[in-house]
Amino acid sequence: MRLFDVLGPVMIGPSSSHTAGAAKIGYTAQKLLGEVPAQADIGLYGSFATTGKGHGTDRALVAGLLGLRPDDPRLPDSFALAAQRGMQFSIHPVELRSAHPNTAVLTLTSRTGRQLSLKAASVGGGRIRVTEIDGVPADFGGDSNTLIIHNEDTPGCIAEVTMALALRRINIASMQVFRAAAGGYAVMVLECDSHIPHALERQLAVMPGLLKVTCLNVDEPEETEE
Amino acid sequence: MAFLSCEEMLAAARSQKITLAEAVLRSDLEESRLTEAHSRAAMRHLWQVMQATSQEYDPAQRSRSGLSGGDAAKVEQAWQQGRLLGDDYLAAVTAEALKTAECNACMKRIVAAPTAGSCGVLPAVLLPLARAGQADEDAVCDALYVAAGFGQVIAARATLAGAEGGCQAEVGAASAMAAAALCNLKGGTPEQCAAAAAMALGNLLGLVCDPVAGLVEVPCIKRNVVGAVNAVSCANMALAGVDYAIPCDEVIDAMGRVGSLLSPDLRETGQGGLAATPTGVKIARQLAQED
Repeated sequence: MRLFDVLGPVMIGPSSSHTAGAAKIGYTAQKLLGEVPAQADIGLYGSFATTGKGHGTDRALVAGLLGLRPDDPRLPDSFALAAQRGMQFSIHPVELRSAHPNTAVLTLTSRTGRQLSLKAASVGGGRIRVTEIDGVPADFGGDSNTLIIHNEDTPGCIAEVTMALALRRINIASMQVFRAAAGGYAVMVLECDSHIPHALERQLAVMPGLLKVTCLNVDEPEETEE
Repeated sequence: MAFLSCEEMLAAARSQKITLAEAVLRSDLEESRLTEAHSRAAMRHLWQVMQATSQEYDPAQRSRSGLSGGDAAKVEQAWQQGRLLGDDYLAAVTAEALKTAECNACMKRIVAAPTAGSCGVLPAVLLPLARAGQADEDAVCDALYVAAGFGQVIAARATLAGAEGGCQAEVGAASAMAAAALCNLKGGTPEQCAAAAAMALGNLLGLVCDPVAGLVEVPCIKRNVVGAVNAVSCANMALAGVDYAIPCDEVIDAMGRVGSLLSPDLRETGQGGLAATPTGVKIARQLAQED
């Protein structure tokens, strides 16, 4: 384990898995949507559902969706903050089959109508894994700059994307390819070593065969405390 | 690469003729690709947060369940009134462990060290020394590197998760880390730091994780005090030259094995130990009804 995983993270208590991990799930989802959602449906599974309330899992998820980091002191007051910013949300338990015991399922809608659904697990020490995005399996931790692309499951899509990254000298640290059904709809998840420019995101979005481009830049400046 | 044994960590310091703190720092730089300046700044930040948590402690604040809050203030008051046993340091260690652990339960900002549930142990032993002018920022940060080094070995050989190893993996590990940190701070040799860590973990072997209502409150907060006081005693023994018969690596391995022998009821599920007592069950039921 890395030194600053043993000492750290700095976080709002009481639980690294149930509070800090939950906040990070919300935060990652908000980054992937690209803005604070107007509407959020939050399903809690397993231990998140049974002991979540006492650990502030609900408030942590909402805080993350508002763009607050897991160490933001405003985390406990996130419900009031959501009301101020006009984010509507509902929280309820969900039944899932063979999911990690600390799993949240988020369905988000932005002000402009953009939609995102996400299944993510808090896997300990404040670390998370996104296990599903828009109904297709995925597996990434939200610690690296990540490009998520929904594409038609046809030859050449992956080559187009990797070529576009290569032309911008962006190195790929890891790459995963998933699909719901052969010849249908697929998702690729690319964790990158450097910043993913918005211009590239826009360029990819209009490429033939690419249906949806989602970008998580963890190195982008944070919203500061008010 | 993080060290896989205390033996290896001590040997690295010996062969390169550097301090234990330096050996831990260098091994992490290789892995994390951070610069030394970044790493040291990150460590100073952790120490600043530990200090801030203690300073921002509010005696009137209660956790959402109502089970926690205000205890550190009681200890401080009784100490000022001269009603407690032991010296100033012992009283301060007790109060500080409660303070940080209560802040955690009340959703304040803390440093997981190594976990949120055990976040009070390291600040408890370090803050009073810093406040009394017996440890400057550099000395504390070096001690924190030493603590982290032992924590990394515990993570590699056993676990730091209560769900896997019980409370011995959280408060036990924190206590071992704090004992090594204190020993380093008081000028102990690397061997004495390892002995202090071995004793601290050995003393808490078998400690179960049995949170009432599944919350990080009862008995977690008071166990932070035990982890801190145990660390002080073990550091003192090691500094005095007291040996431990079992080497630190073997104690850690034993902790891992004991953890896997523990019933799942005693590993953070809130189904055994104090959580399963009539009062523990009653509290859980009341809280469930309030929701």
